[in-house]
Amino acid sequence: MGIIEIPIGPQHPALKEPASFKLYLEGERIAASNVTLGYNHRGVEKACEARTYIEDLYLIERVCGICSHSHSTCFISAVEEVAKLEVPKRAKYIRTIIGELERVHSHLLWLGVAAHEIGFDTLFMYSWRDREVVMDTLEMLSGNRVNYGINKIGGVRRDISEEQKEKALKAVDALEERTKYYIEIVNSETTLIGRLKDVGKLSYEDAMRLHAAGPTARASGVDRDVRRDDPYLVYDEIPFNVITDNHCDVLGRTIVRVKELIESYKIIRFALNNIPQGDIAVRSPRRIPAGEAFSRYEAPRGEDVHYVRGNGTDKPERVKLRAPTLANFASITYMLNGGYLADAPIVIAAIDPCFSCTDRSISIKHIDSGKENIMDWESLRQYSIDWHKNRGFNAKNIQLKVK
Amino acid sequence: MLLSLFYIVIFPGFIFLSVYGCMVEYMDRKLYARFQNRIGPPWFQPFADFIKLIGKEAIIPEKADKAMFRILPAFALASASATILYIPLWSTGALFSFKSDLIVVLYLLTIPTITFFIAGWSSTSLYSTLGSIRTLTQLFAYEVPLYMALLGPALLAGTWSISEIATFYYENPLLALCNIPGFIVAIIALQGKLERVPFDTPEAETEIVAGSFTEYSGRYLALFRMTIDIEMLVLVSLIGAIFFPVYFPGNTVLGLITYFLKTIILVFILALVRSLMARLRIEQMVKFCWKYLAPAAIFQILIDVLVKGAL
Repeated sequence: MGIIEIPIGPQHPALKEPASFKLYLEGERIAASNVTLGYNHRGVEKACEARTYIEDLYLIERVCGICSHSHSTCFISAVEEVAKLEVPKRAKYIRTIIGELERVHSHLLWLGVAAHEIGFDTLFMYSWRDREVVMDTLEMLSGNRVNYGINKIGGVRRDISEEQKEKALKAVDALEERTKYYIEIVNSETTLIGRLKDVGKLSYEDAMRLHAAGPTARASGVDRDVRRDDPYLVYDEIPFNVITDNHCDVLGRTIVRVKELIESYKIIRFALNNIPQGDIAVRSPRRIPAGEAFSRYEAPRGEDVHYVRGNGTDKPERVKLRAPTLANFASITYMLNGGYLADAPIVIAAIDPCFSCTDRSISIKHIDSGKENIMDWESLRQYSIDWHKNRGFNAKNIQLKVK
Repeated sequence: MLLSLFYIVIFPGFIFLSVYGCMVEYMDRKLYARFQNRIGPPWFQPFADFIKLIGKEAIIPEKADKAMFRILPAFALASASATILYIPLWSTGALFSFKSDLIVVLYLLTIPTITFFIAGWSSTSLYSTLGSIRTLTQLFAYEVPLYMALLGPALLAGTWSISEIATFYYENPLLALCNIPGFIVAIIALQGKLERVPFDTPEAETEIVAGSFTEYSGRYLALFRMTIDIEMLVLVSLIGAIFFPVYFPGNTVLGLITYFLKTIILVFILALVRSLMARLRIEQMVKFCWKYLAPAAIFQILIDVLVKGAL
């Protein structure tokens, strides 16, 4: 049998979002692989430039469905830095609590997805059931299960009452108990370990070379966490450990994530118990002064980076965002090569990919020649005008008749 | 003649098999769902699925072998259903029985697996081809332990006829205890035969979509799904007949109740195994079967030979 080409995606049961992986198989082994992105380019950055800062906040929150708070906090930190706003401490604590609850929700979701990829549907159902607890807590605190909309420029929208605090602490206790059970499963279940161990190997050197981020890097022994290295919000006041692991494989990534859950519970508990009294927001100006800022945030999937440049109006001049998946993308093809086809879904899932958040460009592939080229805004517009003209449709000749 | 027709078409033939097969699928799905803390489907779900699939358009791939594509589901269904006639259900004797029907039953049960392979191969899609290669690879792994696990009890009973094996263990119920290792081997190998977790690599949906059945749709898929249900029922009945020698000769009603109880217990065990594990890779599966399952089956044969010598 020669080399056969297996397409995983753009539509495939293993993928939750469109991305294309071409695997070249020798029997069951992957000889080479090729990744194509660009099915979900939404033009978020361009759209941000056309909207006001307040509108952008809601747009940025919808970059990702899972780490929505990460993106919006990262963006708003940059904006507040440009505007030189001093956010009240209580607001920062509330942002931290929501951010950590979001990490819990994201990691539990990932655990379920990973279990499903290796055919362990029972763990999938269990972890998603427990995820409901954190979703309900988020709903109680912010009013929404996803896209919490808690941030506003200069603070937060909602306060946490004493009663809500008690409820949230209770939910965290329940979740911690369940998480200890998952740690036990990950450390003892034979078939699970058999499927995850030595799969998708990424050594420390390769993780550094390929710029892996977040749990993917930490599972390869890279001791890197923005929360500790470059504290934002109130992480410099809260004690927590950065979890690393030396397995360098998918099992390591799983262990890092479930252990991070325990750290998140510690942070949430500390923040809820030590939240200072005071205002939750300061008044923000509509026009943000000229200036630029760069902001980093440790999203559940890795380091999230936003750049904002203001020009004195109510609209930003430039917004650049880099989702953590982009940082981890280079390592996927490296980890896939030499593995089994059966491991491809879990290796892809192990970086917790979010393709839609990552897409920033479209590459155009000509069907006949196979040539690829990347187009900028002007040439894309010209291309569309020419395309329509070739089909006998000229926008200039259209006259609208109003009856 | 009329009675034979009744046996073949109504009970325990095709109609009983398809209805109870659907019920077995329902029990399996419901138990699986309850183990996973879900509610699970209503009792008529498998019937509804079947009727819905029958009514759907059946699409045949352009490059597929059209005759084969159409005929294979019926072939699989026929061979799986024919097997039930040789298996004792409510009493120690099967409806039809001859000297070495155990071998015939085992070979009839291999035919559906082979048809899955040919079906996948002849649909010419990449995913189906990979699925059918995996089906065949897996066949070589679980087939030997499964057959050896059934061979042990037959050796001890000194016969190749399932009815006679059942009679032998009914008369000597304590000897059935010697077959416990074989029973465990058979249950595990059954998961491979029925392509269920942890051995569902041939139809691992996150890797190769639906394996051999990727290109199947409409009534052809419905027939294949029915085949899998019937195959499960037949295998569960076979394991029950050989390893659980509880019969009430002369009392059909009590016999039928014990038969249903036996199948329900076995389905429970199968669903439990399914919900406790992750899917193995094909090479892990083959390694497991030859490294642990086959020696365990040989151990079973050894026990049976020694006990037979001692008797």
